[in-house]
Amino acid sequence: MLTCKQFLEELNDYLDPSIDPETKRHLEAHVCECPNCFVIVDTTVKTLRVFRGMEPQPIPEDLKNRLWAALERKMAAKKRSA
Amino acid sequence: MTTSSNPTLVDESELVSRAQAGEDEAFAELVARYQNKIHRLAKNITQNNEDAEDVLQETFLKAYSHLAGFQRNSRFYTWIVRIAVNEALMKLRKRRNDRTVPLDEPVDTGEEAVTREIAVWEDNPEQRYSREEMQQILDEAVEDLKPDFRTVFALRDIEELSTEETAEALGISVPAVKSRLLRARLALREKLTRKFKRKGEDVFAHL
Repeated sequence: MLTCKQFLEELNDYLDPSIDPETKRHLEAHVCECPNCFVIVDTTVKTLRVFRGMEPQPIPEDLKNRLWAALERKMAAKKRSA
Repeated sequence: MTTSSNPTLVDESELVSRAQAGEDEAFAELVARYQNKIHRLAKNITQNNEDAEDVLQETFLKAYSHLAGFQRNSRFYTWIVRIAVNEALMKLRKRRNDRTVPLDEPVDTGEEAVTREIAVWEDNPEQRYSREEMQQILDEAVEDLKPDFRTVFALRDIEELSTEETAEALGISVPAVKSRLLRARLALREKLTRKFKRKGEDVFAHL
């Protein structure tokens, strides 16, 4: 049986869907027996879910305008030198 | 210059081919597609609005200048992420040298990850906070991470690059990505648990 410390070192692998079944079973055995690590797994999954659920905010209009102005200058310079 | 508002309209690979053939409208479409993500990444790494703006602009200007040299052995998005990461890390280093970053930044001692806060969360915190409130909570949590950790976390868990792509973008080993990612994830879990834990039911804390 793993200790909590050993389990936590393997937490990323446990959360990785491509984990091999044997390792998964080995780690699962600890989670089933350890309420603390069960909660840590659950709240880590939820942590990742809230981050992944956030779409990037649109960049502000003035920033977008400056970006496009810089790009258009660059494109125009390239055309002149062509 | 006009760009489509529907990002799924044209395949990325086709846009890159057209942009490499000199069609500026295709490049503009790629910029429109990724500008928000690149800005978010730059902000997450630099934690500074002015630097994030510079990184955004430099990334796309460099991508435009070097487009002919893009070999297409990775996704275009991964390629511009690498450019953005380099620009953002340069900004960070510059600010460090300027001594404008806090000197009390936590030091990575390489010790075990922190898991002090062990409590179940309230149901669906995503629905209990407005989008803006949630964004602020997440931004503040990331801001508190040390730069090495938040950079890896931003690439892997926010921009959803693979471990290998993240290692390549940062010029570090896969084990180093994994180690930093674990510590970043657990630190963020810790912070968010303080915010989202179910009140009055800290049932596991005594165990």
